[in-house]
Amino acid sequence: MTPLLEVDGLTIGFGKADPVVRDVSFSIRAGETLALVGESGSGKTLTCRSVLRILPEAAQIRSGRIVFAGGDAPVDMLRLREPEMRQIRGDRISMIFQEPMRSLSPLHRLGNQVAEVLRLHRSMSRSEAKRTVLQKFERVGFTEPERIWRSYPFELSGGMRQRAMIAMAMVAKPTLLIADEPTTALDVTTQAQVLGLIKTLQAETGMAVILVTHDLGVVANMAEQVVVMSGGRVMESGSAPEVLGHPEHGYTRKLFAAATMIPEVAAPAREVPHKDLILEMRGVDKTFALRARGWRKPTTVTACKDVNLEVVRGKTIAVVGESGSGKTTCARMALGAVLPDPGGAVLFYSEPGAPPLPVHSMSASQRSAFQRQAQMVFQDPYSSLSPRMRIGAALTEPLEIHGIGSRAEWRDKAAAMLKLVGLNPDMMTRYPHAFSGGQRQRLSIARALTLDPKLLICDEPTSALDVSVQEQILRLLEEIRDRASLSYLFISHDLAVVARIADEVIVMRAGVIVEQAPPETLFYDPRHPYTKALIAAQPEPDIARPIDLELVAKGAGAPSTWPEMFRIDGGVAPALQNVGDGHMVRCHV
Amino acid sequence: MSTQPSNRFVDTEPWVDTSDISAPERKEFDAPAWLLMWRSFRRHKLALISGIFLLCAYLILPIAGFIAPYTPNERKPEYLYAPPQSINLWHEGAFIGPFVYPITAQADLENYRWTYTTDETQPLPLKLFCEGQSYKLFGLIPSDTHLFCPPDGASLFLWGSDRLGRDVFSRILYGAQLSLTVGLIGISVSFALGITFGAMAGYFGGKTDWILNRIIEILRSLPELPLWLALSAAVPSSWGPVAVFFIISIILGILDWPGLARSVRAKFLSLREEEYVKAAEMMGAKPGRVIRRHLLPNFMSHLIASATLSIPAMILGETALSYLGLGLRAPAVSWGVMLNDAQNLASIEIYWWTAIPMLPIIVVVLAFNFLGDGLRASLDPYKS
Repeated sequence: MTPLLEVDGLTIGFGKADPVVRDVSFSIRAGETLALVGESGSGKTLTCRSVLRILPEAAQIRSGRIVFAGGDAPVDMLRLREPEMRQIRGDRISMIFQEPMRSLSPLHRLGNQVAEVLRLHRSMSRSEAKRTVLQKFERVGFTEPERIWRSYPFELSGGMRQRAMIAMAMVAKPTLLIADEPTTALDVTTQAQVLGLIKTLQAETGMAVILVTHDLGVVANMAEQVVVMSGGRVMESGSAPEVLGHPEHGYTRKLFAAATMIPEVAAPAREVPHKDLILEMRGVDKTFALRARGWRKPTTVTACKDVNLEVVRGKTIAVVGESGSGKTTCARMALGAVLPDPGGAVLFYSEPGAPPLPVHSMSASQRSAFQRQAQMVFQDPYSSLSPRMRIGAALTEPLEIHGIGSRAEWRDKAAAMLKLVGLNPDMMTRYPHAFSGGQRQRLSIARALTLDPKLLICDEPTSALDVSVQEQILRLLEEIRDRASLSYLFISHDLAVVARIADEVIVMRAGVIVEQAPPETLFYDPRHPYTKALIAAQPEPDIARPIDLELVAKGAGAPSTWPEMFRIDGGVAPALQNVGDGHMVRCHV
Repeated sequence: MSTQPSNRFVDTEPWVDTSDISAPERKEFDAPAWLLMWRSFRRHKLALISGIFLLCAYLILPIAGFIAPYTPNERKPEYLYAPPQSINLWHEGAFIGPFVYPITAQADLENYRWTYTTDETQPLPLKLFCEGQSYKLFGLIPSDTHLFCPPDGASLFLWGSDRLGRDVFSRILYGAQLSLTVGLIGISVSFALGITFGAMAGYFGGKTDWILNRIIEILRSLPELPLWLALSAAVPSSWGPVAVFFIISIILGILDWPGLARSVRAKFLSLREEEYVKAAEMMGAKPGRVIRRHLLPNFMSHLIASATLSIPAMILGETALSYLGLGLRAPAVSWGVMLNDAQNLASIEIYWWTAIPMLPIIVVVLAFNFLGDGLRASLDPYKS
């Protein structure tokens, strides 16, 4: 059987520099799914984009062939003329991009955008195109296709937009779909559903899929063939069971070792006594007022409702939830950057038994003292360091602000901090932009630690990083916690990351805590449908453990669709119940 | 390469997991931002040439008197409306260095115009480093040495002379002193106002932002030209040329700041969302420090680029005002004042060189625009 697409000896480079993609070969048969796995900078995106010849302008394809046999006769995509190429793009081969927000035009209605493909390639009449598109919308899981036809991209959530994107890619019934990290920007439950959707559609239409991803879990759930890339070269390729079951190349093994997983737990954890707290949030609500428009009354949005949370000294408490669950607002309230609604209390105990510091109503001097003891590590390592400041200046800035010590002492402290996070003190005179995401995240941890804080609030510190780097940063955070006896409030959307570092996990959804327990208990006996969905949706790099979509669908819907026992409807939520051993679940008894 | 049965491929090149976590990953970014910007700016050839040209132009300003053969208000009554003369090197096949042929004026009483005849038999070599009328070097040091002067008994009008017999070339050089600096003074005024109000609006937000925005909108809705006219008409005519010059540039600056304030405000709003700004705030940095250490350095380059793009508007504004006779007035010399003499269509038709001051205006304005575009394109050196 001839392959549908064959990439042979592809080499791509920029300018006079060494090639960034070197001698990459793979092939994919009709109806098959091939996963292109690699970390950032591995050349996987360039490789898949070269198939459609949508490379950046400066990139040159230096050698190789890309033979596509989906048309009448096999053609070499690299030698096709532009008009012929346009015939193939969107018709025979279509593509889904990573950012559903940016890959749809904000000014056009979804229906028109999707129908455009048909009108370009099929010269269909308006009404016929509309009928086809509406059918497609229904297929990708929109319950009201007519409404979606009329809506603009900004009216939909990320997952919905990605579904629309898939509908657009699928509407011309392509023989090959290229999906470039299609689910990376989505919440894990949405990711599971979108992956499931791609799989069903593939089974129906028999198209082949090239899936570009960094997540071995996604690979295990989707792919039949796997190509592992690193540094622009293919490290290992073969069928998914072989590569995933018996990785032979050192790099593949390293990726496996770094992949985070939800552990299988044999027994629940014992309840830990909550005595020595460092931070406590009591009955905290937060509503934001949206700006009033015209003559209407300003509307309010509830970000957090009735949040009670306790950070035990020396331990890590993790808050898990999807985007919009209120977890970041929680973190900001814990730092005093956002004030809770009147009635809520955020209390900080700097020493065991010390009188609490009211974070929700601090005076200027209290705030300054608090800032020396509680610091934050940010999500995006690329924006958390000022590009105009040398690393040394960025690290000593906290000391400068609080006027601690002399210049020489600042330098020593910064050098010590760099060593603490595993970096060379020589870096101080350099600029942050020369460094990779992982290195920068280390720098931003070092900066947060310069004031010797007692509480560190980590807002998704690993979610912008590559898998193997993520592993290193988590290890570093664990080491530092034990060495400097820090306490962490760890915000994440990823249960697997949390499983590794947390002593206590809080699951949030729609601004309320739905379940709270030590990780062992939570994974042993998740009670809440949403927690179950989160756990089920986590893609595992193991072909034997596919995602259970049914379980995901049960918990991932709106809180008003949860089973009677857990339902949150019209702002009325059941209370948190202790179901034993410090395991709290929001349900009716 | 080893391709095993069932399509399995494993790379056989030795692979070791060595990663030095202190090594800079992107060596090309391992430099201060200004150096990176300079590297990417260098690639914009047009901008680079414009930048060098403008630099030369500004460097010449303090020594304009040395380069110009005449002083700005030096009259040669026997050469009214003299056409441009050329400097030659060879006379009848023999090299004799730079020289001019003398010209003599004749009144054409039939057409009421001056006509000139060139005596091509008599080459008169130019004098170099010669004495002429006195001027002030750098505006301070009195001097009477000129780079080159007309030979005795002849004239040297490279770009012709005007209706009073003054050298257009020399006047353009002197005019540049005012015309080019009016933009700089105007832009400083507009910068000071724009940054202050823009930063206030962007940082404090809320009511302050609202009020400032409305003021900006009101200012921008005023028709520009009549407003200029009104303001300059209010300048007492008894004031000296220097005072008028300052007032004009300040008026231009006052009318220009709303645009700048808006862009400062927008940049402020977007930079405030950057995590390094939030990090500084959470470390306890006060607003002043956040603005000084984190916000300003990161948008200074944007400001410089937008300033470069608004200097031409100031130069054109001065020119327009002076052209209409409401800006600078004689005896001050600026390009606008010179063009004021060229208002008469008939005289441009006969004596086209009186409109030559338009050339430096066009060239300078274009150069500023090219330079500003280049700067703007190289502002974000981290994108590759």
